[in-house]
Amino acid sequence: MRFTKASVLKALLTLGAWVLALLWISPFLGIIMVSVRPVREVLHGWWVLRPFTFTWENFVNAWTGQLGTYPLYVGIRNSLIIATFSTILPLTVGALAAYAFARFSFPIKNLLFLTITLLMAMPPQVVAIPLFLLMSRLRLVNTYLGLVLVHSAWGTPWIILFLRNYFMTLPKELEEAARIDGASDFEVFCDIVLPLCKPALLSIVALQFTWVWNDFFFALILMMHPEKYVATQCLAFMKGEYHVPWGLISAGSVITMAFPIMLFFLLQKYYVRGMVGWLVRG
Amino acid sequence: MRTKTPILFLIPALSLICLIVIYPIMDTIYLSFLTPEGEFAGLRNYAEVLNSKEMLDLSRFPKTYPPWGILIHNAIWIALHLPLSLFLGLVLAVALREVKGSSIVKSMIFIGMVTPMVVGGWMVRFMFDKDIGIVNLLMRTLGLRWLADKTWTVWPELSLLATILGSVWMWTGFSMVIYSAALATIPKEYYEAAEIDGASALQKFFYITLPLLRPATLTIVVMTVLYELKIFDIIFVATRGGPGGSSNVLALEMYFRAFRYFRMNEAAVIAVLLTLLTLIPAIYIVRTAVRR
Repeated sequence: MRFTKASVLKALLTLGAWVLALLWISPFLGIIMVSVRPVREVLHGWWVLRPFTFTWENFVNAWTGQLGTYPLYVGIRNSLIIATFSTILPLTVGALAAYAFARFSFPIKNLLFLTITLLMAMPPQVVAIPLFLLMSRLRLVNTYLGLVLVHSAWGTPWIILFLRNYFMTLPKELEEAARIDGASDFEVFCDIVLPLCKPALLSIVALQFTWVWNDFFFALILMMHPEKYVATQCLAFMKGEYHVPWGLISAGSVITMAFPIMLFFLLQKYYVRGMVGWLVRG
Repeated sequence: MRTKTPILFLIPALSLICLIVIYPIMDTIYLSFLTPEGEFAGLRNYAEVLNSKEMLDLSRFPKTYPPWGILIHNAIWIALHLPLSLFLGLVLAVALREVKGSSIVKSMIFIGMVTPMVVGGWMVRFMFDKDIGIVNLLMRTLGLRWLADKTWTVWPELSLLATILGSVWMWTGFSMVIYSAALATIPKEYYEAAEIDGASALQKFFYITLPLLRPATLTIVVMTVLYELKIFDIIFVATRGGPGGSSNVLALEMYFRAFRYFRMNEAAVIAVLLTLLTLIPAIYIVRTAVRR
């Protein structure tokens, strides 16, 4: 094999990139190192490797909450329920609305579409107070339904925008043929359009589930009962009385992160497409 | 019969959005013009909030360390976080383009974008801790003892900087991915033609790559500014806006006034101000959406 200037340069670049990547994720490595070792071993830095004792203790304590923190298994259960329904509901209503925007014309269509697009940029704080009062009046504070409704409404605008753009790229001929055969609009939508949209629907599932799972603000204002805390809340309030319980926090972080990260690696292609697709045109 | 269809398709989504997004926005705006007793206050709430030291403290800025007022803190977030994440994302995207196994490296960097920001907040405490922080270890190695021997998040001089740097670490994956996607759309022929004309690597970068990345850059700027304005979780967990308000920002101050001090009208004012600021980048999104 010959060593040309270019091949050496390329090898160096590759090496540099890998070193950089390892440095970049070193805080995550640190969290993992702290989570699987007793606290006394990492007091002077997790990079000190002698002695190295492996233990599940931190995970058990964070999960069960037996040291007085909010038990993470409750949070994970609540987060799973909420994130699942907060993905299904806006996907359903958003897909229907997106189809209307993509295929039909109706009065104030453009104004409506503009408003919905604008809503994507709103900060959650601008709805916080009235939402809390509304949910109190409806007795939906500390309920799954309340938080699911909020996440669903909040996720619907970008789902409409994303799916409308996707629907517009589909050929109309199939739908028209089905209509001539006597299918109703709803049948066309369910039987012809949706099956063609699997990649787009998977992108939405990946992104919406992750966003709901990672949310903290809405849960903070609507879930005040520890029985109803979501995972991010349990983790945020994992405090010791006098010191930071790094063992619990690192184990809790690893558990809480694991779900969106697994979903990301499972649906990576769709995840990135969902993020890039509606942002970069071309 | 055909004309009824769009309404039926729209009703579920629109009723959800009206009840849970539009009505609360209107009500927040309305609240911001009322006194706590429910009387019309005109712009008095706005004047009071904007004139308070928590919003803007010119007796401290820029002469001494934070708190400088949350408006300045938010501005500093944009001034530091935006160029850093743009630059790092671009460098990574360009450097990784030619690298073997780059997709794994990219995925590793992108993990920050998938991670809950609450974890990010703990990460900030973790990275800048005087005993177990990796940044402090780095500073100690470089001989910068005054930066190594304190936990950054509990020092007013450093808490704002620590949250910003921690967030850059989390967010850079976003600009890298967008830039990578945009780079992949540039045809190879452009570079080949430039090579025939004898262009250097630097010339190719500045005359081909950079101009063609303009739309991607705009997108990243808009999304990043929106993210920076709305920053909440990472600060809530890392510093609670402290110490002494030195890392406080608009979203956090709104939460504290509404849900800790129950000063709803002032909180509504801050929420409206934050919303007005997000409208500037939002208009770009609307323009892109409509041009399609």
